[in-house]
Amino acid sequence: MTLLTGWGRTAPTPATLARPRSADEVAALVKENTAGRGLLARGLGRAYGDAAQNAGGTVLDCTALPPSWTLDPEAGEVTASAGTSLHDLMNALVPRGWFVPVTPGTRYVTVGGAIAADVHGKNHHVDSSFGAHVRSLTLVTADGSVRVLGPADDLFWATVGGMGLTGVIVEATFACVPIETSRMRVDVERTRDLDETLDVMTATDDRYRYTVAWIDLMARGGRTGRSVLTRGDHATREDVRGVVRGDPLAFAPRQRLAAPPWVPDGLLNRATVGAFNAVWYGKAPKARRGLIQGVTPFFHPLDAVAGWNRMYGSGGLVQYQFVVPFGAEDTLRRVVGTLSTRRVVSFLTVLKRFGVGTPGMLSFPMPGWTLALDIPAGVPGLAGLLRTFDDWVVEAGGRLYLAKDSRTSAASVATSYPRLEEWRAIRDAADPDGVFRSDLARRLRL
Amino acid sequence: MRNALGSVDTVLLLGGRSEIGLAIVARLVRDGASRVMLAARGGTVPDEELERLRRLGAEVHVVDFDASRPETHQDVIDTAAAKLGDLDVVIPAFGVLGSQAAYDRDPEVAARDVAVNFGGHVSAGLAAARRLREQGHGTLVVLSSVAGVRVRRANFVYGSAKAGLDGFAQGLGDALHGSGARVLIVRPGFVIGRMTEGMTPAPMAVGVDEVADAVIEALRSRARVVWVPARLRPAFTVMRLLPQAIWRRMPR
Repeated sequence: MTLLTGWGRTAPTPATLARPRSADEVAALVKENTAGRGLLARGLGRAYGDAAQNAGGTVLDCTALPPSWTLDPEAGEVTASAGTSLHDLMNALVPRGWFVPVTPGTRYVTVGGAIAADVHGKNHHVDSSFGAHVRSLTLVTADGSVRVLGPADDLFWATVGGMGLTGVIVEATFACVPIETSRMRVDVERTRDLDETLDVMTATDDRYRYTVAWIDLMARGGRTGRSVLTRGDHATREDVRGVVRGDPLAFAPRQRLAAPPWVPDGLLNRATVGAFNAVWYGKAPKARRGLIQGVTPFFHPLDAVAGWNRMYGSGGLVQYQFVVPFGAEDTLRRVVGTLSTRRVVSFLTVLKRFGVGTPGMLSFPMPGWTLALDIPAGVPGLAGLLRTFDDWVVEAGGRLYLAKDSRTSAASVATSYPRLEEWRAIRDAADPDGVFRSDLARRLRL
Repeated sequence: MRNALGSVDTVLLLGGRSEIGLAIVARLVRDGASRVMLAARGGTVPDEELERLRRLGAEVHVVDFDASRPETHQDVIDTAAAKLGDLDVVIPAFGVLGSQAAYDRDPEVAARDVAVNFGGHVSAGLAAARRLREQGHGTLVVLSSVAGVRVRRANFVYGSAKAGLDGFAQGLGDALHGSGARVLIVRPGFVIGRMTEGMTPAPMAVGVDEVADAVIEALRSRARVVWVPARLRPAFTVMRLLPQAIWRRMPR
């Protein structure tokens, strides 16, 4: 038995870890585990809560599936094994002039995990989520058979965003994006308060492929919700002329720092986070256009520090991410206002506009505003506060992101994911005995 | 499943009419538990208790449970798991408290009560532990007592059963180590409540609510042992060292 947690390092549970090296080995493991506590695929463990845990059961470490990829430049498609990380893929693709269709805030997720959580990135308002770009996927189902599914199959859309509960994804083919350089052309600007943030994003987000707002939650009063907007596009050769020497597609990201193995509890507190936020906001230019940035600082700033989740100490962290539809801005204001007046410590608070979602039945994104918070799990009164937010979000027609969740209720998920029953029917048909299970599924009764 | 902030989803209370047990369950429900099973003799729990838990938002089931019939305990655990799914918290809260004088007069009653207070907890505890071990998570809350920490002349039948229970709980906790399942040992002092009605409270007596609050906090922090009140721990560190000649003369 191995004790597993999500990225938030809360609620550990033990499971038997298996390391299948091929689709056949996955199928054999599925057939062995049809009774008892079931099994579940796990990738790089970046889901914050208990999505990739299976207490008392079996967990397949899919990073053991040998990383592999083939690029079809004619079709603009990549076929990769499910255990391949976006990090590996970008290292291979970027120098060849291709970019992944969607990347979340870290490159250290697997292709299988990206599909199972239907991850989104800064380009959601233009490009939707990862599942929208998947042309086909290979799934080992509960009967041990290996099935190739496409967007015409119901099981495909139950698997996209299905949190690994329909089977084990072993391979996928998805569209990629052609790029001319490995750099980003970025505009940065600061806003005074939340209303200005919302106005600017609404008015001008569509000019950029990638946009995000970082909110200084420690600012209060008239400055509540002041933000730094970072928006950009893949830089063209023209953009980097005279700025980048050598091969414009060169890409060799390095992890420069690692969080120490042990960090005193309470390091991230009001004083340190407040200071960090003030500096971050203060150092951002009021408005700067045409900045040329690398992929890591633009997409994955936290990837520069390995194991940054350890900075939250032994108590771990809770990530809270919700979406509310356009028109429910008041709910967003209420949440931001409450966090700000209650002085809740959130190290990185990120606001983003979502475009259309995918047909994934449990897929999170929908047109609207999404806000993501990182909060130390030990903050007093956090459970009650987040329950209140759940109510506001669900009432406004929004929902929580399952890949981030570690504490919501089965009732809130049942109300806010209107296609849950439809998903269950397809899952039950594909897995009648409940072979695929996770702690998340038990907790939220999926 | 226990969530990241320490709330649980399902609770099984064995001894479904227990005042302390119900106080703990009510708090767990208030913190988010949504399914509860109350296992009580005859399958009866006062309506107002059921109503109270339902008003707090829980789905409440009741099942027949007889602490004095160990051969039925595994079935009760299985029934609970079938109804609730994984058992996040199991609280065996049944127990009987007779006076030492009555036990002195009737050894058979004494043996019967010990069978419930100790033997019943052994069978129910082991049955629950088996399920928790399979699940790979869950907490068994064992309501021990300072009466068992050092047994006193004034209530040595009750105290010796609690001493046995405390030892059982320590051993079981160690046996479960590494399985994901845990045991929480609760050592209250004199608890003012229905069970002790008519008795004169001992020093450092506590109310039912205090015990329940302490249990909730201990579940949240994943403590192994909780004393209620907390100052009983240093007090008993001293009392355990008292010479027998003095301990024997303790008035109660």
